[in-house]
Amino acid sequence: MIIVLGAGVVGVLVEAFVPRRPRHAVQVGLALVALVAALVQVVRLRDTEIVGAVGSVAIDGPALFLQGTLLVMAIISVMFFAERRIESGGDAFAPSASSLPGSEDERVLVREKVLQTEVYPLMMFSVGGMMLFPAANDLLVLFIALEVLSLPLYLLCGMARRRRLLSQEAAMKYFLLGAFASGFFLFGSAFVYGFAGSLRFSEIDAALTARVGQEGLLLAGVGLMAVGLLFKIGAVPFHAWTPDVYQGAPTQVTAFMAACTKLAAFGAMLRLFYVAFGGIRTDWQPMLWAVAIATMVVGIVVALTQTDVKRMLAYSSIAHAGFILTALVAVDEVAIAAILFYLAAYGLTTLGAFAVVTLVRDAGGEATHLSKWAGLGKRSPLLAATFGLFLLALAGIPLTSGFVGKLTVFAAAFQGGAMPLVIVGVLVSAVAAFFYVRVIVLMFFSEPASEGPTVAVPSGWTVVGIGAAAVATIALGILPGPLLDLAEQAAVFIR
Amino acid sequence: MTFPWLTTLIAVPALGAVLTALVPSGRGKLAKQVAIAFSLLTLAVAVAVISQFELGGDRYQLAEQHAWIEALGIHWALGVDGIGIALIALTAVATPIVAMAMWPEADAEKRDPKPFFALLLLVEAMILAAFLAKDLLLFYIVFEAMLIPLYFMIGMYGGPQRRYAALKFLLYNLFGGLVMLAAVIGVYVQSVDAGNPSFLLADLMALDIGTDAQRWMFLGFMLAFAIKAPLWPFHTWLPDAAAEATPSNAAFLSGVADKVGTFGMIALAVPLFPAAAAEFAPFIVVLAVISIVYGALLAIGQTDMKRLIGYTSISHFGFIVLGIFALTDRGATGATFYMVNHGLSTIALFVVVGFMISRRNSRLVADYGGIQKPAPKLAGVFLFAGLSGLALPPLATFLSEFLVIAGTFERYRAAAVIATGGIVLAALYILWLYQRTMTGPVREESAGMRDLGRREIAVVAPLIALILAIGVFPRTVIDVIDDGVGPTLAEVEVDVPPPLINVVDTVIEGNDQ
Repeated sequence: MIIVLGAGVVGVLVEAFVPRRPRHAVQVGLALVALVAALVQVVRLRDTEIVGAVGSVAIDGPALFLQGTLLVMAIISVMFFAERRIESGGDAFAPSASSLPGSEDERVLVREKVLQTEVYPLMMFSVGGMMLFPAANDLLVLFIALEVLSLPLYLLCGMARRRRLLSQEAAMKYFLLGAFASGFFLFGSAFVYGFAGSLRFSEIDAALTARVGQEGLLLAGVGLMAVGLLFKIGAVPFHAWTPDVYQGAPTQVTAFMAACTKLAAFGAMLRLFYVAFGGIRTDWQPMLWAVAIATMVVGIVVALTQTDVKRMLAYSSIAHAGFILTALVAVDEVAIAAILFYLAAYGLTTLGAFAVVTLVRDAGGEATHLSKWAGLGKRSPLLAATFGLFLLALAGIPLTSGFVGKLTVFAAAFQGGAMPLVIVGVLVSAVAAFFYVRVIVLMFFSEPASEGPTVAVPSGWTVVGIGAAAVATIALGILPGPLLDLAEQAAVFIR
Repeated sequence: MTFPWLTTLIAVPALGAVLTALVPSGRGKLAKQVAIAFSLLTLAVAVAVISQFELGGDRYQLAEQHAWIEALGIHWALGVDGIGIALIALTAVATPIVAMAMWPEADAEKRDPKPFFALLLLVEAMILAAFLAKDLLLFYIVFEAMLIPLYFMIGMYGGPQRRYAALKFLLYNLFGGLVMLAAVIGVYVQSVDAGNPSFLLADLMALDIGTDAQRWMFLGFMLAFAIKAPLWPFHTWLPDAAAEATPSNAAFLSGVADKVGTFGMIALAVPLFPAAAAEFAPFIVVLAVISIVYGALLAIGQTDMKRLIGYTSISHFGFIVLGIFALTDRGATGATFYMVNHGLSTIALFVVVGFMISRRNSRLVADYGGIQKPAPKLAGVFLFAGLSGLALPPLATFLSEFLVIAGTFERYRAAAVIATGGIVLAALYILWLYQRTMTGPVREESAGMRDLGRREIAVVAPLIALILAIGVFPRTVIDVIDDGVGPTLAEVEVDVPPPLINVVDTVIEGNDQ
């Protein structure tokens, strides 16, 4: 974590001192080296269980598992970020996010082929925050991690090279709503602090068991904190930002957000609800039941009507958050393991899916309207097949990682007595299959549109990234054993 | 350790699928040859498996078991009993025939046939795995995963409405499958509660599941199987798929792939939830009888030949389900036997109709007439296949239909009587179809109709030979099936009327090698 944050800082220095020409290469290299080094460190720490930093950070199984997964996904994300061949002007990011869309300033920058390299340090800060998020053992650290991960993301969202207005709008929306959510979260933390007299999770837990009375204060606090976290995972009814932001942000950033933010936020939720609020589970379970059902249903139903690939994937990510929530309700180690596995499986698949989206382009940039994807299977069978694979995994078809994930999550929920949730989940999955399959139909069975998009030939970065995601999707579907074992071993929180 | 025959049986077609897919595109003929070679090799392995099957031996023979996903108690567990053997034989025989009978000209858009062959072999591997799986999740995985290649097979080749038909097929079956998943998880959770998380059928069948839970899980399984089978009122995807897919694909779909549904009923739903099965049996019998009559009546009214055969399948599947849920040895043996025979006769019918369509490019009954004169061999094969479909003695279907009705009669008289009415209707739709297409004055367009060529005869000859052979010597097949049916029905604790032929009364558990 320190390594990643350090890399962020160094990245800023690089931005200031390294000349423009080699800057891009230096930044990418720095980011990759830092992430890999951090990953090695996480692996080395694998059996550690400590509460460090004066009790405010817990390094235990779930935290390390999530950090490891997060780093793997971040490495793949960096590869997508580093893609320079598919955009005519360079990479996917605006040379200067602050310049007005279409202004003279911007045109000059494009002509000069100026590349935006601030994205890498920004991303490093964000990843650092994400790593801290599920390890936070203290309300304050949790809040700090939330902000550290969010603020760079707000910026990254606004940096799309194409469709500047949409991108800036997305960033604005994300920032405003995110700030609200943080506000709720902070407000809730204050209530909880008021109740427990401590910021430490373990002490909150102790306070729960020791004291009765002032329940109102506590419940309000839990509720408000939940709002903040549910916002981050895009759960209904705090989901409204997701489709707009996912659509507007540069697709690479969308991929990063969809996979990594969700992972980090679920990690934080797990710790908060299990470690700190485990004692009053009967109070928050009904709330999560309702949220889970609403999330699954709304996510899927609205996804049915989408005509934009990115929006469709956004709603699908909402639905997936709902699936994960079904297990969160169960509150036991089986559930934790299931969620850990699901997050890894889903994250890798989503990364791959969004990366494919970056490659299908027409004159206006990425061709995200579904109608343009017609007949893609004929023109570039390999790409379409890969995307089909990701869609099948998202739909939870057997022999893909998505199926194993769904199986474990539903089994955990079933065991936790949330049978109705499982039934809703299953029915919703059946509906969901429809719109995933619809895209496959469009790609493989339709005639290509005459002025359809072309598939950009990406550089090695993207190929490797997508390939890794695809291999992971299949491997985790056919041989999920090792990762499941790992998740199971990792499924114990320390207090 | 003995040679893993069953894994080989699954691996050979799977490998064939990969190799077929690697044939350079545009070389359709080569792809076809590779696919046929591998399907024949699979047949050879199947023969080897069958030759090693011992009557009266262990319940599940040639068993293999390896831990697959240990954390969840999922195993790669295979084994075969009499029921499985019969269906494996059907699958292994049918696949090369279907592959040989693939007509590019019956496909509206004349696509590269390579993917079809690769997918066909892939589905064959999955169907075989489903018949062999002795782990519930393994079964579920192949049960669901085979939908995807089948979906592409329907959606890429065939008539103008094929995309709609493929989507309908997929959504119906996926829905059923997901409901089944909930039930599968339900059973699993029972095993976790019992302290031994496992998906092994042997472990699950030993569980003592409460009545209420049994009911729900049984219904979950049955919904999936009834959609797949297809049983009225869950059948509506089949006529569409049968009509729009290419004839060979339709043959494969209703001849082989759908048998996984009825196999699931007899090999999983009934033994896993015996009490619930006995409880719901009357209700399912009613649905089966409705299927028989309804399918037959609608078949009579069809103007599209392939759709017509699709509806006859619904009627025949009604018989199969009826036989299973009569819960008598005789009925279940008849039903399993019926699965094999229906497979053969349906494939024969689709294949012949496919020949006709490839000549005239029309699926409509009204476009044909008097074909007997220019193409006597074609008409003869058609008649033979048709008669086999309506269960004329001594053809193979006769005895299976007889057993089903006799088995049903022991328990549900009224149902047996009405089902017999279905046979009369079958005579009506088959003979009327024959009359309208083959007899009468030669229609102008049919005048120059080619008779069967050598390749085409080679395709149908084995089918005809098998139908005749099984019809004349049914005893061997029935003995094998009985071997599996006896112990399976013994799981259901209803008093079973005395069996027809020798039944193994010892239930031998376990998969020890």
